[in-house]
Amino acid sequence: MMGVLKRYRFMLVILGVNIILLIVRPELGLKALKITESNSIEILMNIPAIFVLLGLLDTWIKKETMIRVLGEKSGLLGIAVAFLLGSVAAGPMYATFPIAGTLMNKGAKFFNIIVFVGAWSTTKLPMLFFEASAMGWRFMLARFVIDIPVILLIAFITEKMVMGSEKELIYANVSEIANSYPKNKGRSLT
Amino acid sequence: MLFTIGLNVLTGLLLVISLLRDRRKTVMALKKVWKSLDNILPMFLSIIILLGIMLAILSPQVISNLIGQKSGWLGITIAAVIGSVTLIPGVVTFPLAAALLKSGASFTAIVVFVSTSMMVGVVTLPVEIRYFRYRAAIVRNALALLFSFVVAVILGRILK
Repeated sequence: MMGVLKRYRFMLVILGVNIILLIVRPELGLKALKITESNSIEILMNIPAIFVLLGLLDTWIKKETMIRVLGEKSGLLGIAVAFLLGSVAAGPMYATFPIAGTLMNKGAKFFNIIVFVGAWSTTKLPMLFFEASAMGWRFMLARFVIDIPVILLIAFITEKMVMGSEKELIYANVSEIANSYPKNKGRSLT
Repeated sequence: MLFTIGLNVLTGLLLVISLLRDRRKTVMALKKVWKSLDNILPMFLSIIILLGIMLAILSPQVISNLIGQKSGWLGITIAAVIGSVTLIPGVVTFPLAAALLKSGASFTAIVVFVSTSMMVGVVTLPVEIRYFRYRAAIVRNALALLFSFVVAVILGRILK
């Protein structure tokens, strides 16, 4: 019980802020709760499926396959796959990180992971049509074309900045997340 | 919505296939799935509530007033800050950006707002740090912020 309370303490603090808002500015507090409600429904409908899909991927896709497609020596193919994977997805931003973690545990290269995260946030295909209808095709296409080298550049610099031991620590960290029980996570952020 | 249905149908189908092929392996996979969900759920729920509060306060109307007609660096800075701290869904960002442009807001500021709202995630930073640790997460977001300005300048040159 105390463990659960401890793990959810950050959430309880934020919930407290929302309750204070509800008292001080009822209309804002209520609006916040309504947005939270609709976002929660979205989460409940998508996140379990995404996680089950990840679990199946983890079980059935061989590590060698992942290394060949997204690993250290995957080259241009790896970049293209990372880019496509990120672009066809249509989930919320915070869902990319658990997916990134699973891919890393299977041997994906860190550069490709950052490309995947960048594509997920910036060049999502379903969103591009929406962007074109609001901002015009020229705007959407121009931004898309400029964002491709930007995503690669961000991935390149980020990977250079964590070269060596830090990168090993990152991979050790995601492997630990995948293999540990929550109750051992007393030092985690929430 | 279409994505949600597609995702769930696909996952269901694959789950059945997996169960048929190897029951024991599948059950083990599901146990692991539950573990990792349980692991990340407090963080996800925190973000969702925080997001609700932020979107309630920073409504499209408020953002319009903040970015509005302000020109030069002040407008761009405000746009960058709002874009970075909020995790606004694209279905809100783009119509808002289009409306702001029509009402005369600066093009650079609007592109910075669009770019940062997609690439820079201050609200999701705790999850990102949880997986990528501090250095990579901070570097990635700082670069995304920096390049949002670069993209805005280049787009401004091309589209004018």
